[in-house]
Parts: sequence; structure tokens; C-alpha cells
Amino acid sequence: MEPIQSATGILPPSPVIRTVGLTKRYGALDVLRGVDLQAREGEVISILGASGSGKSTFLRCLNLLEVPSGGTLNVLGEDVRFRMKGGVQQIADARQVNRLRSQIGMVFQNFCLWSHRTVLQNIMEGPVHVQGRNRHEVRAEAEKALERVGLLERADYYPSQLSGGQQQRAAIARAIVMRPRVLLFDEPTSALDPELVGEVLKVMQDLAAEGRTMLIVTHEMAFARDVSSRVVFLEKGTVRVQGIPQDLFRGGMDERFDRFVSHFSRQG
Amino acid sequence: MDWAFLFATAKTLLAGVPLTLELAVTSLCVGFVLAVGVAALAGSRFAPARWVAALYVMLFQGTPLLVQIFIVYYGFGQIGFLRASFLWPVLQQAYWCAVLALSLNTSAYGAEIIRGAIAAVPAREIEAGRAIGMSGLLLRRRIIWPQALQYGLANYGNEAILLLKATSLASVITLMDVTGLAYRMVSKTYRSEEIFMVAGLIYLGLTFVIAAGVHLLERRLTPCRRV
Repeated sequence: MEPIQSATGILPPSPVIRTVGLTKRYGALDVLRGVDLQAREGEVISILGASGSGKSTFLRCLNLLEVPSGGTLNVLGEDVRFRMKGGVQQIADARQVNRLRSQIGMVFQNFCLWSHRTVLQNIMEGPVHVQGRNRHEVRAEAEKALERVGLLERADYYPSQLSGGQQQRAAIARAIVMRPRVLLFDEPTSALDPELVGEVLKVMQDLAAEGRTMLIVTHEMAFARDVSSRVVFLEKGTVRVQGIPQDLFRGGMDERFDRFVSHFSRQG
Repeated sequence: MDWAFLFATAKTLLAGVPLTLELAVTSLCVGFVLAVGVAALAGSRFAPARWVAALYVMLFQGTPLLVQIFIVYYGFGQIGFLRASFLWPVLQQAYWCAVLALSLNTSAYGAEIIRGAIAAVPAREIEAGRAIGMSGLLLRRRIIWPQALQYGLANYGNEAILLLKATSLASVITLMDVTGLAYRMVSKTYRSEEIFMVAGLIYLGLTFVIAAGVHLLERRLTPCRRV
């Protein structure tokens, strides 16, 4: 997939995702208290934060699996339209959301492959039935994607017959055959046995090297440091600090971030 | 043991098998259609629709099938406008009364099975469908219903077996199904143990066939569980 060229070729690429003051409230609980973030074409952004910092909620707001309570959300140059009902913000245009979702790849912590379909069927489902693409072409592309994540010989297996690492690699293949403009990863390695983490990170690293736009909620510090182009550190529902990983991980930029990192390296 | 008599009994009672199966299959089909409707009401976002579904299920699960058959067969004839309506030629016949009562009864249980099967579909797999842009009918057709079918199939197979056995109650409103024929034979010969034993064996055979059929269907439809 070639990166989308900006119209003039001179301007920096437009943001694929932009949030301004994004909030999310569950009853009395403020999970997101105004998150501002821009993801430009080709950026690989690691979103870090302690549990409860709102990082997964934020990611899930980007493809509207959670509906933000306030703020603006712009995806692929479109402002997502909301309406108020009973004092709660809701999606105003379900078709807009479906259209945007089909261009945003999502990889879940628990893989979430459809258990009643084989790996190949899982991958072909979206392109064929949501995007209406030609079945034969999709099949060829799906097989290429499976080969790439090293699962071609498992194409006709059911998810329950695969290891966690294999399931997650299949889920990544499922996401990329949709030809998404941006990929979201919600703690993609957190549900895996330690020895299976590497194979998934390797696939993600390949995708990053291809110039794909990726937002990754993760606890893999080494991955965040070595692979991402930017690190965003959330705390209590806002962006505490962000920057390029070399700067942040050198230490001294933000005391809370340093403490967070040292806590994780002690563990790991 | 009087083998000749048992053989003759079997021959007589087997003549009732087509009617028994017809009652069961017709009621199962009509009942399924009703069950889908009731399950849809039960899953509705509109609260009164859910109340109607709950009342329906409670009514038919909470009263004996035999009473329901009597109400349809004896009770409906007392209702003036039913007698005057175009439905009367149908409701006048014991066969259709039995089908109606059996269908209504099984639909209440079927609706609960369908509701449970839909609820058993993992939320995160539905979410994965939404995340690629599915919603509405597409999401149901591609993700929810196929999985619900797998979850609900065994239970619905059970319901089919229960229904087959329940058709024997139709004999009390004059239908000559396996049980009806057995009853008539008993009243002529007074050899109730042998005759009802043969009737029981016939039902056992039919049940076995259904169970095997459901099992085969399950294997075909759920390759993913065959690890």
C-alpha cells in the first residue's frame, strides 16, 4: 500500500486523526479529561500510561467503540458528527461511523477473531462483505497477508486451534487486508504468554517500517522506545507529556514519566 | 411373551407414526416462526414489546400443554366471533387445534432458546464486527446469527424431542396418532402393558432418529468446536 500523497507535496501530511479536548465520562467517573492528539500520516505513536490512565478508552474513542462525551474528533479529515440525547453525547450519523471504521484497522487485546470462521474467512469477511471487494482478489491479498505474518499453512484453521500469538497475528492480517488508513492496537500483547510476545511485536515492527500510521496502546517499553516515532504518556485522562522516544526515554523530561518507566523496567 | 401379538400391535401403531411426525414437524416449523417473532420482541429496545414477549412466554410455559390443548379445542368453539370467522373451518378440526396448541407452546420455549443463544454470542466478537464497519442486518447475518445457531442448535434439538413426545397429548382430542391408536387398541383388547410398551418403543425410536439428526447437523455446523 502506498502512502497517500498530500495535495501539494510540500505541506506536511494532514492529520489522520486529530482530537481536541476529547473527554469521556462514565457516570461520575471522568476517564478522559480533555485529550489533544494529532496523528499524522506515517507516524507510529505509542500511547503509554498506568492502568486507569484512560489510554484504552482513548483508543476506543477513535473508532467510536466508545462514544466520547465531549471534545472534537476528526478522523481522516472528517469531523465525526455527534448529537445530544438525554444529556449524553451520541453518534449522529451511523453511516459516517461505519464508513470511517472500515478505514481504521483495530487489533484487540483478546484478538477477537470470529470463532465460527476459519482464519482465511476471518480475513476475507470485511473486505468482501463490508467493502464489497472482489472475492478472488481479496483471497489473493488475504493469502499474501497470511504469508507475511507466517500463517499461510494455518489458513483453514479455526481460531480455537491456534495459539494466542498465532491468533493475534491472524487478527493483524485481518486488519491490514481492509487496507486501513490507520491501525489501532489496543494492548496487542497483553493477553499473550511471554514467549509469544516477540512474534507479534515483530509483525508490528514490520508494519511500522512500511510507513503505516499506527497508534499503539502498550506496556512494551522496548517497543515504544525502539519502534515508535512518538510516545504519548497519559495520566489521569490527559496527555501528561509527549515527544520522540529518544528524548523521553533519556529521562529528565518529566518526573512522572521517568518513574513510570523505571517501575516497568524493574518489573520486566 | 406373545410375540405375535406384539408384532401385530407394532404394525397397528406404526400406522400412527406419519400423523405423529406430521404434528411434530408442522408444529416445530410454525412454532419456530412464532419463536423468532417472540424473541425479536424480547430483544426489542421498546419496553412494552419486551413485556408482551415476557407475558407470552410466561403464559405458555406456566400452564400445562394439555390445558392449552383443551382451551383451543373446547374453548374456542364457545367464542362467537371465532365461530363466525373464516378461521372456523380450520379451528373446527382437531388436527389444526392440536397443531395450534403445540405450536404456541413450543414457540414460548423456542423463543427462550433463541434469546439465550443470541445472548451467548461473545460481545467482543460483535465488537470486532462493529470495528470493521458492520452494523444492523449485516452484523446479524454475518456474525451474530451464525454463532447463535451454533449455540442454540443442541437446545432446539432437545425442544424438538420434547415436542415429538408432547404430540401424544393430541390423542385426547380424538387424533389417531401413535398414542391414540394405542389407546384405542387397549380399550378393545385390555392388554395395556404390551401395547403401551410398544408405543413407548416407537417414540424411543423416533427420538433416537431426531437426536442423531441434530447431532449430525451440529457436527456439520460447528466445525470450529471439533478440535
